[in-house]
Amino acid sequence: MSFFSDPRWGEALAHLPDYLGNHVRVSVTALALGLAVSLPLAIAARNRPIPRGALLGLASIVQTVPGLALLALFYPLLLALAALSLSWFGIGFSAFGFLPAVLALALYSMLPVLRNTITGLQGVDAAILEAAQGVGMTPRQSLFQVELPLALPVMMAGIRTAAVWVIGTATLSTPIGQTSLGNYIFAGLQTQNWVFVLFGCLAAAVLALAVDQLLSLIEAGVRGRSRLRVALGGVGIAMLVVATLVPSMARLPSGIIVGAKTFAEQYVLSALIAQRLRAAGFSASSREGLGSNVVFEALAADDIDVYVDYSGTLWANQFHRTDSKPREELLAELKTTLAQQGITLLGELGFENAYALVMTRRRAEALGIRSIADLAAHAPGMSMAADYEFFSRPEWAGLQKAYGLTFRAQRQMQPDFMYAAAASGEVDVIAGYTSDGLIAKHDLVVLDDTRRAIPPYDSIVLLAPKRADDHALKAALAPLLGRIDIASMREANLRAAGGDGESSPDAVARWLWERIGAR
Amino acid sequence: MPTPPLIAFAHVGKSFDGGRGAARVRAVNDVSLEVAEGEFLAIVGGSGSGKTTLLRLANRLIDADEGRLTVEGEDVRALDPIQLRRRIGYVFQSGGLFPHFSVAGNIGITPKLVGTPPNEISARVDELLDLVRLDRALYRDRFPHELSGGQRQRVGVARALAAKPRIVLMDEPFGALDPLTRDALGDDYRELHRQLGLTTVMITHDMTEALLLADRIAVMRAGRLLAQGTPAQLSHSGDPYVGDLLRTPRRQAERLGALLPRDGAA
Repeated sequence: MSFFSDPRWGEALAHLPDYLGNHVRVSVTALALGLAVSLPLAIAARNRPIPRGALLGLASIVQTVPGLALLALFYPLLLALAALSLSWFGIGFSAFGFLPAVLALALYSMLPVLRNTITGLQGVDAAILEAAQGVGMTPRQSLFQVELPLALPVMMAGIRTAAVWVIGTATLSTPIGQTSLGNYIFAGLQTQNWVFVLFGCLAAAVLALAVDQLLSLIEAGVRGRSRLRVALGGVGIAMLVVATLVPSMARLPSGIIVGAKTFAEQYVLSALIAQRLRAAGFSASSREGLGSNVVFEALAADDIDVYVDYSGTLWANQFHRTDSKPREELLAELKTTLAQQGITLLGELGFENAYALVMTRRRAEALGIRSIADLAAHAPGMSMAADYEFFSRPEWAGLQKAYGLTFRAQRQMQPDFMYAAAASGEVDVIAGYTSDGLIAKHDLVVLDDTRRAIPPYDSIVLLAPKRADDHALKAALAPLLGRIDIASMREANLRAAGGDGESSPDAVARWLWERIGAR
Repeated sequence: MPTPPLIAFAHVGKSFDGGRGAARVRAVNDVSLEVAEGEFLAIVGGSGSGKTTLLRLANRLIDADEGRLTVEGEDVRALDPIQLRRRIGYVFQSGGLFPHFSVAGNIGITPKLVGTPPNEISARVDELLDLVRLDRALYRDRFPHELSGGQRQRVGVARALAAKPRIVLMDEPFGALDPLTRDALGDDYRELHRQLGLTTVMITHDMTEALLLADRIAVMRAGRLLAQGTPAQLSHSGDPYVGDLLRTPRRQAERLGALLPRDGAA
């Protein structure tokens, strides 16, 4: 199969109207908001050194915050605001997706616009300003008829920079629930679907370049006083926006929204749930690549309807519990706690995706290590790797406490690379996931947690408060409960990481359904 | 003088901040000066003499700290500065044209600001281009960067005259031009001044130019008005600085008279 006949190109293309339309919608809104705030601020501050310095300083600081962090910060901020507004005014709003993305991106667009507007206005010749006064212009007339027109080429250059930044950074709004071209990139990275990653990057780059070129046409028109060029650029931008928005308007998300976190298993399970719902006559869409805490809050706020989480994750992260309990007790207590927030714990899927300490079979056998207690004696001479959150999670604290574990070195890695790193001996031990197909593939072993320091991680289906009494929905999902065994999930995960045409979440979900439905 | 003065400065003073820690600079110090209707007054002085400040006070580009300044009999402090500037023509050093406006747009700006209908502005622009001797068809739609220095200053003069002012203030209008252009423009303006019955105050550092164009000359130095009067009156002034200023053109005239044969062949 050649590179271009890969069926994933076709699949990527099928998502384009939705992803591109949403990407343009969030970018255009953010840029418009950014301009609406920055331009008046820059004009007001241009001749006042102290506010001007403060404004530029603030915008520079915002710029130093990494885009992903800025976007992620807006979600809890808005969530708190929404709660306040609900309790004070009785008006709530969704802190999920569009709004936080627009606000963060608008903030991100401010620096180039502010800086270039102020520079442009200050660059207007003092003799020209005096002439404007001398011929009898009011300050307002001078601003609109002389200063702004003369500063416009410099301002346009700033707007161009802002537009390109916003379009690029908008790809990072996927984890807070805003569909964008970033969906290709996040999904692709998690499922090793390089076609998706490449497609997403190319689409974002082409969009950014097209907008940049059209804006540069307007800029050249402004500089050379060519109305034709300004008009051509303007019409081009308008056509681009309309052409990308209209197809996505037609398919506004409706029906059941299925959430998914940012790893392959979640993509597969959300695809499986969406397929089951459609088979039962629901209209369903997936909202993928959501941050681990974003997805839970989104469910609690009714922004998504259903997703799969893991009992131990909720126990430790969401409810900040540091103790561990036997599985049944933990599940029962979790169910009660969730119910207090109106969330329904529909049931377990049947497999566990727990953290586990994993090492190569060869090394473990050579050293006679079978459990974590055996490992503790060798650990000070070994290195360990885990994903980005593990070392700050309570499970790690629990493990250290229960077994007195200390390693020579600790490293953080992209989960997909972790297993290969263990297999090649680059690190000695990793904190893997029990449902990961790569454990078998690389001939690794899971070490026994005899002291039960790691809580159970049963995969569970959660429903949003507004779906608590939706019996049709519950009935449609019932065939999945208790049916997905660890072996099936491991193989599904391995397939999802396959990197070929059969590895898309949809294809793997169909395979998984055939396997568990056949029984 | 039988008619009341059109512009009158009475004990006018203006100080500026000398910048960080420095003492305040008295740019204009107790100046009293009257300009009669129809008069062409030149204010002569070196850099820092306060002559430009004095001119700017007249249309309230800056405001005086002391004394009283009247224009057409009214105290300028009682007037709206914007309205005042719209009825006084102002010619800036090296034109001060708006680079993004065409020649017609520059000339028509003040009428446009006061709400004159476009067709009237258009007719007025053509009339003014004729007055300053620029070909309508050729120059109307050009932009300032496409003009020579002299052409730009002609447009500057036309712009100052657009709203039919009685008073024209000129800030070293011909200073940056080559001698031939400067001479032609000076003569042309002098003719416009007479023909339109204008009252003109012109700033210059060049005594020769002042002597050739103005009816009366005021000499400033370090913020003070040293002397004022017709060329003949000035030559009797006892002030040594005024004497110095007059000596140069006189000596130049004598030397030129000796050097150049009477028939003018160079």
